[in-house]
Amino acid sequence: MDSSVQTVIHVRRLIKRFGLKTVLRGLDFQVSQGEFVALLGPNGAGKTTFLRILASLSRPSIGEVRIAGYQLPNQAAAVRRRLGVVSHLPLLYGDLTAEENLRFYGRMYGLDNLDHRVIEVLDLVGLLARRRDLVRTFSRGMQQRLAIGRAVLHDPEVILFDEPHTGLDQDACAMLDRVLREVAARGRTVVMTSHDLARAADLASRFDVLSRGVIAASVQRAEINPNDLLAFYRQSLQEIKQ
Amino acid sequence: MKPETAIVTSETRPTPRPLSSFLRAMGAVIWKDLVAELRSRELLSAMLVFALLVIIIFNFALELDPKTRAGVTAGVLWVTFIFAGTLGLNRSMAIEKDRGCMDGLLLAPIDRSAIYFGKAIGNLIFMLIVEIIVLPLYSLLYNINLFKPGLMLVILLGSIGYIVVGTLLATMAVQARTRDILLPILLFPVALPVLMASVKASNGFLQALPMAEIQPWLNLLIVYDIIFTAVAFMVFDFVVEE
Repeated sequence: MDSSVQTVIHVRRLIKRFGLKTVLRGLDFQVSQGEFVALLGPNGAGKTTFLRILASLSRPSIGEVRIAGYQLPNQAAAVRRRLGVVSHLPLLYGDLTAEENLRFYGRMYGLDNLDHRVIEVLDLVGLLARRRDLVRTFSRGMQQRLAIGRAVLHDPEVILFDEPHTGLDQDACAMLDRVLREVAARGRTVVMTSHDLARAADLASRFDVLSRGVIAASVQRAEINPNDLLAFYRQSLQEIKQ
Repeated sequence: MKPETAIVTSETRPTPRPLSSFLRAMGAVIWKDLVAELRSRELLSAMLVFALLVIIIFNFALELDPKTRAGVTAGVLWVTFIFAGTLGLNRSMAIEKDRGCMDGLLLAPIDRSAIYFGKAIGNLIFMLIVEIIVLPLYSLLYNINLFKPGLMLVILLGSIGYIVVGTLLATMAVQARTRDILLPILLFPVALPVLMASVKASNGFLQALPMAEIQPWLNLLIVYDIIFTAVAFMVFDFVVEE
């Protein structure tokens, strides 16, 4: 591992094929430490596939993927130790309590001082009072908050969010946003896919548009008025079509 | 929600220790499966009801004299165990897949075969519980003494063989939309040697045949168990990866 590296996520000429179908077509992508990147794009653009490759859940067909200096898929275990993932599915067991779910994942990650850490994380996501309740009795919003707790339990350097707002009502979204801001404020590197441009504009420090398997455009928050994000997004999709 | 709570605590950093992390992760998966099943009783109740129905149906369908009954006991028992076991395997993996929990397991920085062995041991415990309940009921219904140490050994070895290969194939089948149909189609041909050896060895003990006639079948069971455990250990990582 190169310890001097500041680029936490480095992806070069990434191609992913499923049989005859090519989903990612030579994608280049870099994220610096502490950046919060919103990955925008239409359905079928390859956002989830890309995130699954970053999460080491899927192998790249061709190309280079490095996270925190470790290469995928060869050093996948080292990458997973530094990675937290939140998807639109909660990745939680309904027949376990909130506390048991976190304790289970903590043991899977080999965490020390687990009792203290579980309580700390439950407090962070506002579920301390419900820690002994079965997860199947939780609302979708509560499950998603616990999913974030699961993702940050092992203190990852990079957190990937795959459409975390899917299926949440306004209150749950607002609460989720508060947790996301807190995660980002702690210097974590975040990549979040989203269809919700307003939410992305509110949270992210950079906006990348993924379309037809490549990054069609990228802009820093400082370079764009949040109100112009929709126009930027549409223009990027238009340009890639041409 | 308390955003001021720290996400990072230095004590919670995971510390990789290969063997202990393997055993800890395997133990965590077994614990999780047992606790979840204790709460839901979904899997065991389905397996038990199915097993009891099968032996009752056989009881009425065969209407045999006591001598002929003794001859078919091994076959009826193993058909019951195998069918009930298939139900359990399907359900056990479906629980992981439906809420995205399999991804949660695969994201852990561990040797993925720990997940396999955890799931396999959990499935074996459920199958053995069903067998422990079915055996006395079968003895009562068919008026046959099944409590022979040799037969218990065959049931244990046969169950291990069936679960070892079944858990691996259930992991593959669960990815497909037609998983309920796919698992028996994949599993029964591969499990044929274990079924055949189990029936022959069980029959040998029930008919009090000389050990020399039973030994080859016991050997086949032991070899099958070892080979497929090794195969599963080697290929599980490839089976779960996209």
